[in-house]
Amino acid sequence: MVNILLTIAVSITLLSIVITMVRFIKGPTNVDRIIAFDVMSVSSIALIAFIAVLSNRIIYMDVALVYGILGFLGVIVVARYLERGL
Amino acid sequence: MFIAIAIVIGVASLIGGYIAIHHEKLSVAVIASGLVSLFASIIFLLLAAPDVAMTEASIGSGLTTLIFFYVLNKIRQRND
Amino acid sequence: MEIIGGAIAIGGSIFLLLGSIGIIRMPDVYNRIQAGTKASTLGTMLSLVGLFFIFPGWFGKFMVLILFVLITNPVSSHTLARAAYFIKVPLTKITKVDKLKEHLTIDESRRAHLRKVKINKEGE
Repeated sequence: MVNILLTIAVSITLLSIVITMVRFIKGPTNVDRIIAFDVMSVSSIALIAFIAVLSNRIIYMDVALVYGILGFLGVIVVARYLERGL
Repeated sequence: MFIAIAIVIGVASLIGGYIAIHHEKLSVAVIASGLVSLFASIIFLLLAAPDVAMTEASIGSGLTTLIFFYVLNKIRQRND
Repeated sequence: MEIIGGAIAIGGSIFLLLGSIGIIRMPDVYNRIQAGTKASTLGTMLSLVGLFFIFPGWFGKFMVLILFVLITNPVSSHTLARAAYFIKVPLTKITKVDKLKEHLTIDESRRAHLRKVKINKEGE
């Protein structure tokens, strides 16, 4: 029962990643692409947590922790580059 | 279930790689390569290699983007 | 207990889906920042809370991850919106008020006035 519910949740998250990819392809300016990158990295944190629970291993959560720190760093670096302050 | 996740993420990664090669602005190409690194990390996780996924996340998405944008900033300052 | 957790996780993923639909349909960079970041923050936090109901033994990692997302995601969206405003990404046509622009022009005129006063004092 729980596996069915988690499978539905994983497929909705995958659908959201695919929809965000469209904005990454189309995006008129650089800022649009960085927003899409940010939302995709946060969605993949949730996806990694779902995979960790589905395969029942706690070590997979460490990857989500690393992503929680470093996706933030990438977005900050790009924003400072656009503002000419890096 | 995991095979379906791998197929969707792999197709998205292919699209990101195509953008990284064929786009004319360099900054968009660097962001797209960071995106490919993110998806590759998820695929490594699906192949049951969390240490490789962690290394790919930290190096590919953090350090490579930072170094590339540092160098692009240097080039822009020299051209001004 | 586990079924409640699964239902909360599905709610979180629905919030993620709504955020990505907002990113597609909004007309402007700033609206896209607003829609995407808030909805994705709430969606990820709800998903992690739902997974915590399924595995209560992993309390520490879920707590640290929720704390990271809650701290870092608004900071990144704020920095991004500031950069987009100062490199003059255009607002959409239907914008009514731009408070930051009025504030900046008032600030600039006051600063010019102060500079003039200071120059006059030095001249005396």
